[in-house]
Amino acid sequence: MNGAIHGARRLRAASAGNGVLGVLIVLLIGLTLGMGQLEPLFRALFPDLGNPLYARDSFLNLMLAHIGLVLMSSLISVTIGVAAGLFVTRPVGREFEPMVSSLAAIGQTFPPAAVLAIAVPLAGFGFAPTIIALSLYGLLPVIQNTIAGLGTVPQTTLEAARGNGMNRWQILRRVELPLAMPVIIAGIRISVIVNIGTATIGSTVGAKSLGTPLIAGLVGNNLAYVIQGALLVGLLAIVTDLLFERLERRYSFGG
Amino acid sequence: MASAASHQWVGNRVLMTLLVAAVASVGLLPFASLSPNRLASGQSVMLWQALASWQLAALALIGIALLIAALAKPMGPRASQWLALAATLPLLALDFYGLGDYAHRALVDASPAARVSQGATFWILLLVSALIAIDALQRLRLGLTRRALYGALALAVIGVCFSGELLAPLSIMREFANQEENFVDQLIRHLLLVGGALLPALLVGLPLGLLANRRARLRNGLFSVLNVFQTLPSIAVFGLLIAPLSALGRAVPWLGDLGVSGIGVAPAIIALVLYSLLPIVRNTYSGLAGVSSGALEAARGMGMTPRQILWQVEIPLALPVILSGLRIVTVQAIGLVVVAALIGAGGFGAFIFQGLGQYAIDLVLLGAIPTIVLAVIADFVLQILVGLSRPPGTRQENTA
Repeated sequence: MNGAIHGARRLRAASAGNGVLGVLIVLLIGLTLGMGQLEPLFRALFPDLGNPLYARDSFLNLMLAHIGLVLMSSLISVTIGVAAGLFVTRPVGREFEPMVSSLAAIGQTFPPAAVLAIAVPLAGFGFAPTIIALSLYGLLPVIQNTIAGLGTVPQTTLEAARGNGMNRWQILRRVELPLAMPVIIAGIRISVIVNIGTATIGSTVGAKSLGTPLIAGLVGNNLAYVIQGALLVGLLAIVTDLLFERLERRYSFGG
Repeated sequence: MASAASHQWVGNRVLMTLLVAAVASVGLLPFASLSPNRLASGQSVMLWQALASWQLAALALIGIALLIAALAKPMGPRASQWLALAATLPLLALDFYGLGDYAHRALVDASPAARVSQGATFWILLLVSALIAIDALQRLRLGLTRRALYGALALAVIGVCFSGELLAPLSIMREFANQEENFVDQLIRHLLLVGGALLPALLVGLPLGLLANRRARLRNGLFSVLNVFQTLPSIAVFGLLIAPLSALGRAVPWLGDLGVSGIGVAPAIIALVLYSLLPIVRNTYSGLAGVSSGALEAARGMGMTPRQILWQVEIPLALPVILSGLRIVTVQAIGLVVVAALIGAGGFGAFIFQGLGQYAIDLVLLGAIPTIVLAVIADFVLQILVGLSRPPGTRQENTA
């Protein structure tokens, strides 16, 4: 009885979650494409501003540039991070595991904005330092969670797989990775969410992103620009996070 | 050690890898750069061009010592690890001394505007010494006290290098000299912002965590609301707070007099508190939830009141987890304050963004490096506190 009520509540919560996600996605796409339609609203809110709508670039372009930055750096982070995590959990690389783990832990105490700033003397201004900083920073949670996720696979499960005559590659592909997947995805989620935020600051080192109108607004004292950039990047972060939440749930329920 | 069987020559493959990386860096990447003025890019100077011959000889000796420590044969594993650990201190000292000494010699007959900056190899040698030390400390399994002792020793070596005139001719130190008063101000401001956000966050977060522990129904809603704030990019939250706060400051004059306005400290503190709540609430909740029912029953059986149980049993037992929440939040806040400089809150971020605006790399580093050092130190200190708060005899790993 109690279980049934609990189950029904969880079902309702899940479908409410779907509704919220749907509304947010519609809002995100709608605002990206149709921010221009809101010009009268911003004019009414900020009567003192000559230009209440950011017009130096389309919001669609900025959104795509932002997503491109995050996607590209996340691809690099995930590829290197999962590979490194796999290497240090195999017999060949096990000796490196404590070192890599503590490097990942210490690295994450570095503030992302400071890492971004330090990439500038290395790579100059623009797209390159942002990609370097985002990929390096995003690498750490992926490595950490890959190691943690593979570490949760019980020894008995591995022995059972070996007993079934599976070779190392099969065990990795069909036992270890599927079992570790929820934790690895959680790491990718942290990495992507942090990178969406850091890509916003990337506009201070000359990379085009949704931070461009935001920073331009802060520098030029134009609150309307600030709100336009902040709304879009905030929505992007929340929608991405909710999508990852669903992905995690799907893998952890043995999908 | 398993690898000793498969690799007969190398006893410590981590150390060997680090050594190879260091040698490659010395051979391929510049140790310093010499530029005609503050904004121009400089010409590369390799390590062997920069160091005096006795310094090169000392470096070679350190390299040989590390090589011996990495090999399986001449020394046992423990002696090798001690040797590696000991070798990091002169390596650290030589890295700084070599750079400072080169700067003195290079600038003797250069124009006053000329600048010497550190190059990639300087940073890599610094990183390699830190990694060798971490590896050796892990292999030696030294306790917290001895680790702290080594840390203090390494800090003392760096401190000696920074005292006196050794590093003064370096470009970044000249930038520091120009900004010295400002630097102290921004440091204090940075720390005040972090403290000013953590205090209210703790005052609100600890009771909320207790509430989440006592009222299961509130928990999910509370956590998902707080999670949204963690997800939002900091600069977006700062930005979105500007309009309502400046309206508030104008509408309620006494608030405005208190400094509540769209830019500056008020939105920074509010945003930092919002960011800090989730880790504090979550860790308070899970710390309290982790208290064993046996301990609670024993306390009840002894006739303790609920209030006594909370203060004398639950909170002391939950303290390590709560403190690891504080550790996350402190490190996070130190980083977020950097971004708050964009809305005029000050702190080290002011140097970073001012430097980026002027293409003055040294000014950028003058903001970025101290921020990183601050975050790493805060993390280390709180890690020690977490360790001390564990009841004796329980050395379980915390998951935070």
